[in-house]
Amino acid sequence: MNWWEVLVQQTINGLTRGAVFALIALGYTMVYGIIELINFAHGDVFMLGLFVSLAWFSLLGVTRTLTGWQLVTLLPLVFLLTMLTTAALNVAIDRLAYRPLRRSPRLAPLITAIGVSFMLENLALLWKGPAPIAYPDVFPSVDILREWFGVDSAIFLTTKDVLVVVATIPLMIGLTYFVRRTRWGKAMRATAQDRETAQAMGIDVERTILVTFLVGGALAGAAGLIQGMYYNIGMWWMGYQAGLRAFTAAVLGGIGSMGGAALGGLVIGFLSAWSDQYISARWTNAIVFSILILVLVFRPRGLLGEPTSDKA
Amino acid sequence: MRVPRIAAVAVALFGLAAVSGDAAAQQCPKGKLRLYTSWPMQGAMLPEGTGMKNGVDLAVSEVNGTVAGFCLEIVNLDDASPQTGKWDGAVEAENANKAVGDPLAIVYIGTYNSGAAKVSIPITNRAHMAQVTPANTYPGLTKKRGAAPGEPEIYRPGGFVNYFRPIPADDIQGAVGAKWAKRLGAKKVYVINDQELYGKGIADVFEATAKKIGLPVVANEGIDWKQPDQKPVLTKIRASGADLVYLGGVIETGAQVVIRQMKEVGLTAPRTRFMGPDGLLEEELLKGATCDAAMATDMRVTFAGLPFEKMRGVGAKTYETYKAKFGKEPTSYALYAAEGGRVIVDAIKRAAPEIERAKDVADKREALRKAIASTKNYEGINGKWSFDENGDVDYDTMSGFKVVKADGPVGCKFAFETILE
Repeated sequence: MNWWEVLVQQTINGLTRGAVFALIALGYTMVYGIIELINFAHGDVFMLGLFVSLAWFSLLGVTRTLTGWQLVTLLPLVFLLTMLTTAALNVAIDRLAYRPLRRSPRLAPLITAIGVSFMLENLALLWKGPAPIAYPDVFPSVDILREWFGVDSAIFLTTKDVLVVVATIPLMIGLTYFVRRTRWGKAMRATAQDRETAQAMGIDVERTILVTFLVGGALAGAAGLIQGMYYNIGMWWMGYQAGLRAFTAAVLGGIGSMGGAALGGLVIGFLSAWSDQYISARWTNAIVFSILILVLVFRPRGLLGEPTSDKA
Repeated sequence: MRVPRIAAVAVALFGLAAVSGDAAAQQCPKGKLRLYTSWPMQGAMLPEGTGMKNGVDLAVSEVNGTVAGFCLEIVNLDDASPQTGKWDGAVEAENANKAVGDPLAIVYIGTYNSGAAKVSIPITNRAHMAQVTPANTYPGLTKKRGAAPGEPEIYRPGGFVNYFRPIPADDIQGAVGAKWAKRLGAKKVYVINDQELYGKGIADVFEATAKKIGLPVVANEGIDWKQPDQKPVLTKIRASGADLVYLGGVIETGAQVVIRQMKEVGLTAPRTRFMGPDGLLEEELLKGATCDAAMATDMRVTFAGLPFEKMRGVGAKTYETYKAKFGKEPTSYALYAAEGGRVIVDAIKRAAPEIERAKDVADKREALRKAIASTKNYEGINGKWSFDENGDVDYDTMSGFKVVKADGPVGCKFAFETILE
């Protein structure tokens, strides 16, 4: 491999890694934007998304690689079922754990979120046991350059890499459309700006929060399913790590900003892949967080964050 | 606290009551000596615990329970907590204290878990009592290589070695692995490790040995095993042109991800192969990594000692005797327990005059400790060996396994390939 092949390959690696971070980060940033809660349980909803999707696959009798027509019927169905399940879970978490604390000091729901995170982890531990679980190869992995184009290149690009990007982009476009163009999106933006005034204007704030958790949970579920199909492994503790990275992505991009979360996720994906290559895997976490600190020092609102709002 | 204590006492009483009948019937002109054992004897550990107990029984029964006029009694203790079924530091400490407090106790055989040994070694050390393990392989218990800061001195408050293991420690695997890699024709190795004690210890030894025998090592890099995406690191390895990847790690620290993704980034045989230590020798790993990837990377693992059915001489004989006596295959560490028991019997034989002359129990134990420490050219199950100054065996006989196609739900398995010496 010469230098540019390495760079291209690592950029592909960073893109797929970052796309998953971005999906999780969106859920963080949405909830923060609306109720200013750092929802620590979000990473664990993502983890459960992976486990739940696996359960749906086995319920539908899928244990082998999907073929032709199954890819256009079963796969979207599992996406839908998984997203519905995690969306319902996320709403239930809000109802049971956060809603009773809506008027409490901010620290109370934060600590509760940490508690919920532990509960979800232990739930997964009880369900699947402590060992890493193998996620079946449901999505076909085809070496695109060699098998489809007959190019013998040092670069590896598989259908799974394409899947991550192709599945992530419509979700993000859909979300942007939802927030920018629909009534619910408008209500969300209004609630995010000023909850009291929004209420005074006749917006059902509680219902808006519910929708936010619903959408955030659905995205986390989709991310879990994508991660499962892409990496083929799931661990009960993976939500914490993924959540931390995604939260970092959300802060880097400017917490509360949708575009920022997506950008932050990609930036962290690229940075960590390049750091693995050009520095050392041992230093990757240190590098990623140093850059986060640098960005926050010189641009406290994050890359795409709104200029300091009155809520801050 | 309360329940484990009561349970431990109950187990101890049961052990005392169950002391072998023929020893009592025999003449014991020089009195009795008690051998205490301590490892988990419940739950999932019951088969292995029973296997090790059988091993010690086998060694004692070979001399009909008497050595140089001393009758031997075995007292079996359980160091698992009844709540969790896993080893428990408090129970292990209690067991060690019980052994140390028994004036007839001369040696402590255990533990199974290296973590438990960390608790009991200082207790037996203070009492000058020798401790022999059939199963602990964590290097830091005896030596600096692959150890945490302060080890192994923290386990030796008396300043002398009282802990012995007739089983090779983990770090040896790194050394044997490097030699094997060279023998397999590797020209350039990339070492990665999970940054944990076991994995990094082995990886460091692999790197040092490889350099010594003239096998170039590109790097010894710690990876973030909590990250399910190792493609960037593996891409870097591919760019480096290494023809063998050595992973210091265990199944719990993402080995299956590494193997699987090696195939996805094109790190496959014959260009690049994979090797690891026995922490990866688990069928579970093949399920996670997929047989496809394990075979594509020509996956090989080292294993401390020889598989029982490949043993020669004393080992082969012990294997047959064990099967005949207990009617089943020995568990992983059963024959090492037999070896430990025999080493003790042999040492008692040599130290008998000193033990007889000893003024008090501490002197008796000290005499046996010295005799065990001076075990030399012992004819063991893996060949001839001696204890070194750390209480470790000096042989490095290991076996090499390779993943091959197999029938069954998994589709492949680890098959014995060669003896490594």
